[in-house]
Amino acid sequence: MTDIFDIYLLEAVVNGILLGGVLALLALGLNLIFGVIDVTWICYAELVMIGMYGMYYLVQYFGLPYYLAAPLTILLVAALGALLHLLVIAPLLSAPPINQLLATGGVLFVLQSFATVAFGIDFRNIGIRLPVLQFAEMHFSYARLLAFGAALTGMVLVYLFMTRTYVGTAIRAIAQDRQIMALMGVDTRRIYLITSALGGALAGFASCLLVLQYDIHPFVGLSFGPITFLICVLGGLGNFVGGFVAAFVFAEIISLGGLFSDLEWGYVLAFAFFIVMMFIRPAGLLARRR
Amino acid sequence: MKLRQLSPWMAGVALIALPFVYRDPYHLHILILILIWSFAYTSWSMMGRFGLVSLGHGGFMGVGAYVTALLWNHLGVTPWVGIPIAMAAAAVLAVIVAYPCFRFRITGHYFVLVTLALSGIVLQVITATRDYTGGSLGYTPDRTKGSHLLALQFDDKVTWYLIALGVWALGLAVWRWVDGSMDRYALEAISEDEDAAAAAGVNVTVEKLKITVISALMTSLAGALYCQYQMFISPDTVSGISVSLQMVFAAIVGGLYVSLGPTVGAVITILLAEVLRIGFGTKAVGWDNLVYGVLLVVFIIFLPKGILGSMVEKLKTQAKPLTSRRPSAPH
Repeated sequence: MTDIFDIYLLEAVVNGILLGGVLALLALGLNLIFGVIDVTWICYAELVMIGMYGMYYLVQYFGLPYYLAAPLTILLVAALGALLHLLVIAPLLSAPPINQLLATGGVLFVLQSFATVAFGIDFRNIGIRLPVLQFAEMHFSYARLLAFGAALTGMVLVYLFMTRTYVGTAIRAIAQDRQIMALMGVDTRRIYLITSALGGALAGFASCLLVLQYDIHPFVGLSFGPITFLICVLGGLGNFVGGFVAAFVFAEIISLGGLFSDLEWGYVLAFAFFIVMMFIRPAGLLARRR
Repeated sequence: MKLRQLSPWMAGVALIALPFVYRDPYHLHILILILIWSFAYTSWSMMGRFGLVSLGHGGFMGVGAYVTALLWNHLGVTPWVGIPIAMAAAAVLAVIVAYPCFRFRITGHYFVLVTLALSGIVLQVITATRDYTGGSLGYTPDRTKGSHLLALQFDDKVTWYLIALGVWALGLAVWRWVDGSMDRYALEAISEDEDAAAAAGVNVTVEKLKITVISALMTSLAGALYCQYQMFISPDTVSGISVSLQMVFAAIVGGLYVSLGPTVGAVITILLAEVLRIGFGTKAVGWDNLVYGVLLVVFIIFLPKGILGSMVEKLKTQAKPLTSRRPSAPH
């Protein structure tokens, strides 16, 4: 093995870790919804896409600085999340889980084609280019580094919220037993609404970071949406730590697989790994053996 | 009762006679598309009606279309042989993924997401092997080098209409066959309560596997047929998650618990897309999916049995209000 090869390998490993940070952030919001409301938001990545358009228009058309546009976008997507819950999920709460999943599949179509109709199918770019970090002949994208840091911060904030506040405690309690908590005087509907808004806010947060790395187009959600679901399932639905670990495992497989061949083969490997893991540990990577 | 027994035959004769009386190529083209997609949606509903919601059918369809076309282009294997090989490949794929799923009791959300990964894999493999499959730019089977029949390529819309009609009727026949078999009761029991069904002596894994393989075989046939008719396939039109969702959507709008439901779904979705396309021209890009999406959500919330399913149910309850003691309609 030559030295150059090792540098590439190391670069791929580090880039995998950085990609894992972004994926972990995406998985975090979805896991929250999974864990508390027990619903799969198939359209989660499309919320991120809408957020990315929000960032684009705020920055490019209204000339807002990035750090002012970001909170606005987070609020916008949080409102979308709450709206999604009120309009689609709430009427279906007692329906079979498959129906809820498919209804959000319909929302996926709606958001995608809404973006096509409203914004066109052109690729757009926010126009902010962050420098590429060079370190010992290896190249790392600054945007990924930022996303990685933000994902970790996001995790800690959500953890603190869930353990240190009354609402957070109520959310965790509902995730354990949704019938009893209503009898304990917790307003289930309110908690669901807050959770949905929080999940939306996390999607908005992710979109603020992704917009720095990816071009925006109506179908951008499809490029990271499926991966996000698989990560959540791999980590165990609703298991935050599991989702976090799974995101990094997945990202490394994609990154290393892409090193030896095309990037697509990295994805193929990751998907195949997922299917195999489903058979070995169906309840998630970190599930306790029963 | 006489009329009820006769009407399917009369409808069949009318459908066969149609292209000889009326041969507007555009309308025939729409009819052929409706028939092919109806068949694909019917194939999906074979599983879907028993609570086995799969988002992997885009994968099976992609295998059907691409294996047939690749064998023809690279090895010169006629589609008459290629299609059975493609169907067998799809069936093998179905068994590889579905057997462990059923064996390890992966159901509900988890089953949906495993099958989602399957259609993701097929899409990525097609894109990754772009040297052979043309990647995301799409792929065209070579035009015939001799006999049209051997290459299964016809310029004539009437021939295609009759082929599509035949395959569609085959799909309905399979549906009826499953409907009349013991497996249907076993699968209905499984979809109600898997453990109870197993305790009652139903071999859960085998029953589920059987219907999955049937469904995968039919879906890949639909893919191959679509490829032969359109003479152009791309990963986005025959595989991937959006195709899988499209199948689910049409089946639900039409009603997936009645045999003609998926057909009604195909008629509605394809006509909707065409009307919007003609009415708005290029401005319509995106509008059809917007309407689809809204309809899908509205249907799941208000009419989970679909248009045809709800109509059939209403007719039944009006005609015979005292049938509650009989086993109810299949659902």
